[in-house]
Amino acid sequence: MRFRTLKQLARLCEDEGKPISQLMLDEQARESGRTADQEFAKMASYYDIMKEAVRKGLTEPTRSRSGLTGFDAQRMSAYAAGSEPLLGEASALSLAYALAVSEVNASMGRIVATPTAGSCGIIPGSFVSVQERFGWRDEHMVAGLFCAGAIGYVIANNSFVSGAEGGCQAEVGSAIGMAAGALVELRGGTPQQAVHAVGLALKNTLGLICDPVGGLVEIPCIVRNGFGSVTALAAADMALAGVRSVIPSDEVIQVMLEVGGSMPEKHRETAKGGLAQTPTGRRIMKDLYGKDGAARGTSGTAASGTTQSETYGAAEAGTARTARSGTSEAEQAETAKAAQLETLGATQPETPRSARTASSGADQRESSDPAH
Amino acid sequence: MRFKDVFSIIGPAMVGPSSSHTAGAVRLGRIARSLLDAEPQWAEIGLFGSFADTYRGHGTDLALIGGLLGYDPDDARLVRSAEEARQAGLQVTIAPSHGLAAHPNTAEIRLGAADSVITVRGASIGGGNVEIERVNEFDVRFTGSYPTLLVFHADRKGMIAEITGLLSGSGINIGSMDVDRAGRNGNALTVIESDLVVPASLLSSIAALPDVQTVRMIDIMEGMR
Repeated sequence: MRFRTLKQLARLCEDEGKPISQLMLDEQARESGRTADQEFAKMASYYDIMKEAVRKGLTEPTRSRSGLTGFDAQRMSAYAAGSEPLLGEASALSLAYALAVSEVNASMGRIVATPTAGSCGIIPGSFVSVQERFGWRDEHMVAGLFCAGAIGYVIANNSFVSGAEGGCQAEVGSAIGMAAGALVELRGGTPQQAVHAVGLALKNTLGLICDPVGGLVEIPCIVRNGFGSVTALAAADMALAGVRSVIPSDEVIQVMLEVGGSMPEKHRETAKGGLAQTPTGRRIMKDLYGKDGAARGTSGTAASGTTQSETYGAAEAGTARTARSGTSEAEQAETAKAAQLETLGATQPETPRSARTASSGADQRESSDPAH
Repeated sequence: MRFKDVFSIIGPAMVGPSSSHTAGAVRLGRIARSLLDAEPQWAEIGLFGSFADTYRGHGTDLALIGGLLGYDPDDARLVRSAEEARQAGLQVTIAPSHGLAAHPNTAEIRLGAADSVITVRGASIGGGNVEIERVNEFDVRFTGSYPTLLVFHADRKGMIAEITGLLSGSGINIGSMDVDRAGRNGNALTVIESDLVVPASLLSSIAALPDVQTVRMIDIMEGMR
């Protein structure tokens, strides 16, 4: 790639009279040795997956594997259609679509990491909703993904895009910046305006910690994707209106690096701080992993249930499961999850966790063999 | 640059919920399957660090099993891979461990078929990318991001020159290389990452070299190109 900073990227675009998307596509083809058509087709297949994830999240059951989350996109889209959302319908739908993709992700559906799975809802949420609104063709949106990718490439190589390294600002924040810049280009803004949108957006998420409850990509990740899609629209609108990021966007990216680098480990995807360690967060973790909640807790001692092995694919699993001794609350919860796992994809009524039963988890058994 | 191209930012296409805990786990399983080079019948998987703590909620177990069955990270069958494993006659035992591992997302896979067994230890390092740290008794480093050739051979003078000579004779460029031996004049493993898949005829030529025991080719990115 011939650019390392957003300033260089905008300069190249101006010198060569290309939008960011076209410059990125040309650079990508040169880097990979494949044709621009081939690379465009690959990105187009990714956009198809994004649209399908939006559709799936709005119309099919999305209860997560843990049972903690699901169906919020459907709540939000029904509300957006039936009430008069404070946000306005367009923004409310963008939010609903972003929730949809993130819920599909949490329920082991197919998504595209943009830039990560934890932040996979923001770009599809904002892209699909504005496409419907303005009647744009898919090719326009696919070009927009190259623009978003160029921005993400600069952020990732100068700062970071993983929560474990830099907190949620690095995942959700980067995705918002990528979406915002791309939305500017999609609406006809200049490369300079797109770059300003990135800085405006990133400033709004600086310092955001990664504190997933139970270590799972669910709470608060899913709603942060919803908020993120709306923030991306807002940042793009500001840039299109002529608002500038007084601190240049490349310098804001450096701030993200500085802030993420000084973020304590407990706020970088370890579930050892933040929302994950609230009384409710700890209770959820206890329900998921065992009676001490020590699986990812702070004590460092192993919960009794966590060193047991599980066997999959065994023909005699049903009998073995009944033979085990000392069934704990945690094991019961785990079996309930196994049963739920098998019914994912089938129409599933929304029942509270305690109401689910373990009737068909026959392909899993647990033994107390501490093999490792 | 840590990130090389646009598809390392937009992508991969994958089944959720986590690029490191799910997509990366699929790739670890795929690599183990490639190394066994036979339809696997059983597997014992040890999980370490965050893998051990959160594998159920992230579907890491299903992802590893799917990889052992040869799935890509975006295969819709991943969510029911435990059931698919039963139908394929593959029995998998997963054991979370609180032992120490260098990287927080580490798995050790012991995989077997009728007359072969392989042990692979690797880590999922983020964004669906993985790094293999050990194969059987050998400490090696490779990522599976490139076509990767593994040659198990005896430690003797000239061995590596003979292997690389055959590759260069066929126009295959070596991107990186790693060699480890169990001891002087003992068994050794040479790992070569290249830009091209080594064709079967060339693999046979390498396998026919004196003191070469086994040759394996890993190409888990074929579906990604």
